[in-house]
Amino acid sequence: MSLLFKGRGNQAASQEKSAVLKLYFFVLTLFRHGVHSLGEMWRTPMASIMTILVLGLSLTLPTTLFVVVKNVQKVSSGFQEAAEISLFVKEEISEQETKTLVKRLGLYPEVESVNFISQAQALDEFKQISGFGQALDYLEENPLPSVVLVTPTKRHRGAESAQLLLEKLESEREIEFGKLDIEWLERLNALLGLLKESVFTVGVLLLSAVVLIIGNTIRLSIMDKKEEIQVLKLVGATNTFIHTPFLWTGIWYGIVGGLVAFICVTLMLWWLESAVSLVVGVYQSSFVLEGLNLSELMFLLWLAILLGFIGSYLSVRKYIREIEPEKV
Amino acid sequence: MAIASAFFGLDMIKFDQVSKTYPGGHMALEKVSFELGRGELAFLTGHSGAGKSTLLKLISLMERPSAGKVSINDVDLNSISNRQVPFVRRDIGIIFQNHRLLERYNVFDNVALPLVIEGTHRKHITKRVNAALDKVGLLDKVKCQPSTLSGGEQQRVGIARAIVNSPPLLLADEPTGNLDPELSMEILSLFEDFNRHGTSVLIATHDLGLIARMKYRSLTLEHGRMLQDPLAIDPLKDDFLGGHA
Repeated sequence: MSLLFKGRGNQAASQEKSAVLKLYFFVLTLFRHGVHSLGEMWRTPMASIMTILVLGLSLTLPTTLFVVVKNVQKVSSGFQEAAEISLFVKEEISEQETKTLVKRLGLYPEVESVNFISQAQALDEFKQISGFGQALDYLEENPLPSVVLVTPTKRHRGAESAQLLLEKLESEREIEFGKLDIEWLERLNALLGLLKESVFTVGVLLLSAVVLIIGNTIRLSIMDKKEEIQVLKLVGATNTFIHTPFLWTGIWYGIVGGLVAFICVTLMLWWLESAVSLVVGVYQSSFVLEGLNLSELMFLLWLAILLGFIGSYLSVRKYIREIEPEKV
Repeated sequence: MAIASAFFGLDMIKFDQVSKTYPGGHMALEKVSFELGRGELAFLTGHSGAGKSTLLKLISLMERPSAGKVSINDVDLNSISNRQVPFVRRDIGIIFQNHRLLERYNVFDNVALPLVIEGTHRKHITKRVNAALDKVGLLDKVKCQPSTLSGGEQQRVGIARAIVNSPPLLLADEPTGNLDPELSMEILSLFEDFNRHGTSVLIATHDLGLIARMKYRSLTLEHGRMLQDPLAIDPLKDDFLGGHA
């Protein structure tokens, strides 16, 4: 061990150790530092709690946005594949002709199923959904056309192929015009894309804030322990030895901040649940608000740990180097 | 010790035409050359600003010389990289005028610091810390906080920290600066005791009265130059130099 005095290593504490034992002691020291720095945070609870809360909130926002995107995606994925083509039948076409049309359409290789909604059926449905009810009885004649609902096969459900199919179907003699429910799908997709993009941007900004917050906290802690660092350097501590506790502190901040964010998001979801179920009730769909699953929680924690490490590493690199014992 | 040193022909510390100029242009040391033999105890004196601190800083690698060569145990310190500096410092026990204890820790933890840094096993740490505190006569203060101790006691804790890993070389910068003569003598007799066990000791002090009472060599700095002190003719000195002649 000793650079200047050969053989002093034996006399000093570092007796000959095998590589495995050395590794064991290295890991042991690492853990000891970890526990120690946790204890340190415990001893200054106010400062630690403030920092942790700021970190937790900074992590909560991107996590919430992520949960929102996830749920919106879940809702919209129900629509993505159900591209349905509505074909409006010309008024002058008789019922018999319509029936043959339905059969003919069913034979298309691109078509999976055909569903016919007669004028009367359409009116009934409209009465039920719209709530106009009896008001519609005053109409002299049914204003609604007969509709043929065509569901394309899986291969033809994409935006482009469905458009081609629509053109083909529109060329049928009996069809007035067709409508592909694709525009709103495209809009939804564009909106979703925008949402994802903004979540990403906001996320990057907030995560950088986390790095800076941790970096600054560690910087203050380094300044606070300036004298201690000087003494450590004087009695022969390596930079690794001096850096490790601060890096651990950053990591602990990350872990606890990540947990705070998780708790915040869970509480928020719990709070929102009743509101969501109200909305879901209106839309008559079965939708359950989804929170973070285990792997996402793990990812959040790892990310927080990584950010904590980066933040503290940046501070440690910059500021501990500057602290040199200037006076003997 | 003197015989051993002469036999091996090794100096503990050797300065060879060492100059140090600080960035501002202030020349703190100018072509200083001297040797401290193995197992020797010597004083380093001079007015404040004469370069004593700079000289000690060059030995403990807090500063690097602008010119010349500093060696410890015949190892050229210019060949030591910044990364290796901590390992060099582990071979040097340093004692400061203001003792530099960490207020957050108790006496035991303060003294244990150099051992913890080296990764010593806990079992050995307890044993050696107790031994070091026993040597300075503070075994009963193990659990105390440094701030509750008197100045002399704090200084002795600092000494215990410096010797806990039995370094071959001890440097002390004004170790008696804040103490009354009686306590100063006590501290000095501690250094003598370590020296008797083979440790080389270099003590920087401006307390000339103290030096006069002891029969050790003294190196005098004046305006960055080394003077020979005619008062301190050490009968052993010839032996030390003789090894190289």
